[in-house]
Amino acid sequence: MHKNPYALALSKKKRPLFVPFTVLGDPDKKTSLEIVRTLVESGADALELGFPFSDPPADGPVIQAADLRALTSGIRINDCFAMLKEIRTFTDIPIGLLVYYNLILQRGVEKFYHDCKNSGVDSVLVADLPLEHSSEVLSAAKAHSIAPVFLVSDVTSDERLQKISQIAQGYLYIVSYLGVTGATSAQPHEKLHALITRTRKFTDLPLIVGFGISTPEHVRAAVGAGADGVIVGSRIVREIPDQKAIQEISCELQHGFVSPNLS
Amino acid sequence: MKTLGQFPSADPSRPFGGCYVSELLIPVLTEVEQAFLQYKEQPDFQNELSTLLKEFAGRPTPITEMKHLSKELGCKIILKREDLLHGGAHKTNNVLGQALLAKRMRKKELIAETGAGQHGVATAMAGALFGIPVKIFMGAKDIERQHPNVERMKLFGAEVISVNSGSQSLKDAINDALRYWTAHSATTYYVFGTVAGPHPFPSLVAHFQRVIGDEARVQCLERYGKLPHTICACVGGGSNAIGIFKAFIDDSDVRLIGVEPAGEGIATGKHGAALGEGRPGSLHGSYSYCLQDADGQILEAQSISAGLDYPGVGPEHSFLKDSGRAQYISVTDDQAVAAFLTLTKKEGIIPALESAHAIAAAEKIAPTLTKEDILLINLSGRGDKDIDHVLRTLRNHA
Repeated sequence: MHKNPYALALSKKKRPLFVPFTVLGDPDKKTSLEIVRTLVESGADALELGFPFSDPPADGPVIQAADLRALTSGIRINDCFAMLKEIRTFTDIPIGLLVYYNLILQRGVEKFYHDCKNSGVDSVLVADLPLEHSSEVLSAAKAHSIAPVFLVSDVTSDERLQKISQIAQGYLYIVSYLGVTGATSAQPHEKLHALITRTRKFTDLPLIVGFGISTPEHVRAAVGAGADGVIVGSRIVREIPDQKAIQEISCELQHGFVSPNLS
Repeated sequence: MKTLGQFPSADPSRPFGGCYVSELLIPVLTEVEQAFLQYKEQPDFQNELSTLLKEFAGRPTPITEMKHLSKELGCKIILKREDLLHGGAHKTNNVLGQALLAKRMRKKELIAETGAGQHGVATAMAGALFGIPVKIFMGAKDIERQHPNVERMKLFGAEVISVNSGSQSLKDAINDALRYWTAHSATTYYVFGTVAGPHPFPSLVAHFQRVIGDEARVQCLERYGKLPHTICACVGGGSNAIGIFKAFIDDSDVRLIGVEPAGEGIATGKHGAALGEGRPGSLHGSYSYCLQDADGQILEAQSISAGLDYPGVGPEHSFLKDSGRAQYISVTDDQAVAAFLTLTKKEGIIPALESAHAIAAAEKIAPTLTKEDILLINLSGRGDKDIDHVLRTLRNHA
């Protein structure tokens, strides 16, 4: 069995992971590759990359607009896999995918995970695939050594948390509030702390917090609540295609990892 | 979840239906499923619903024989008159059932998506009746073409939220309603408008709509002493069709025909024939036929009728199609408008443009029937909302 790349990254880094998210092909193939390179150079410890989908109900308006830009530029799923191979030529940090189920289904579940492995992908989170329907995807993921990642939130029962912990690999995606990606209101710190503490009872996987992380204070709050990392999507995607701004935001957010008392 | 509300498909490992949603929606969908299973057979709930259907909504709706059309087409054309239901369409059946469920679940707010506006109107009406605040998600394009219904919703006190993303029609209204619900599921009930979406909605909506067919079956037997030869209904998401089909599914010699929108013509690609031209995929929480490209990106549907302008379809229709129990045909915008005018001028009934698709299909179906055979058509709604749109279309054609 291979070592979990997220756990390895965590032990190497000795601080929580900064995991920026962007949609592959947004706003076009060439610029998107440059943006990914900028994210890597700006301190990304892992990448979370979305395949654009026409109907993303788990995402907020910022990510939906990114999906639409990518699709309008003519990006196909084959292009996404080709881009992943290219990204693998300049970085070896963990790469996770965020996809909607129909894209996997239409490519063929087996072929999709085969292509993931061939393109250097480490983990796949299917945004609209709950436990109940995951068995086929799990066996394909296992066959190709891709870590299946699942979402957990405040409303996930202990029973489901336990089941999810038994099948998830790589990391668990901790949803910081109920809703879709991209809201920017303050973090419910106490709830997040309780959720992370509760989840910790069931798993040793890294717990990475996403949804609405948009300021260094949010990062600090997530880390304070016990997060092993943060996923930042909308805050970065909003700046596309301004790469200087993306770099600045990435650096600024990572200040949240440093305790204000020590600085 | 007790079940996943699945219907057999040609591939035993991948039944239609299911619950393909984010983990975040599973708890509230489970809560809706449990409430539905708990209350649907409970006498108190059933009594309250049947009293509302009778005294508020005006059930039972009659069946009416079309004298002119019957003569012209050479069979007995009978309409099930859901256009006479309070609210102007069959949507009221489902909304009253779900609003009662929401009340039992102590939810504080109702939300709904709407295409033609009929489901939005029905939900706004139920909100006014029960004193529950309502938010309606409606595509910007639909707000424009269904203006009278927007005004009705507002009069009932509902907030109409314009959806500007994607195709600005029904599919994007559903996306936005799902987003809102994910964030507000603790206090909000999502009154889903059709037999699509994640489990339990396809089964739940079918349960509340089957009153259409249950009534029509008894009415046909009483009035004509026999069952219809063929039943025909328009299919967008497919709730009025399931509503009338359901009671006849076991009558294996009764032919069931669903009518999809062919828009500007199937060959132009500008249509909404998910069953006829799509292939199975996952959209809005269920596995069912949908219009999509090779990658699985969902395509925009197109139809003159906002209520049929949807690239997906309820999973039970996918099952009925693949099992051969029902057939699905399509009718163009022009044919629907012609049927709208025929019914208006010759029979004195203004049909909704959605239902006009089913009327137009009668011409295609009738030649296979004899003079005494009954062709039962579900007239799912009335067409007052469409008058401006039809007149504009006719002017543009002139």
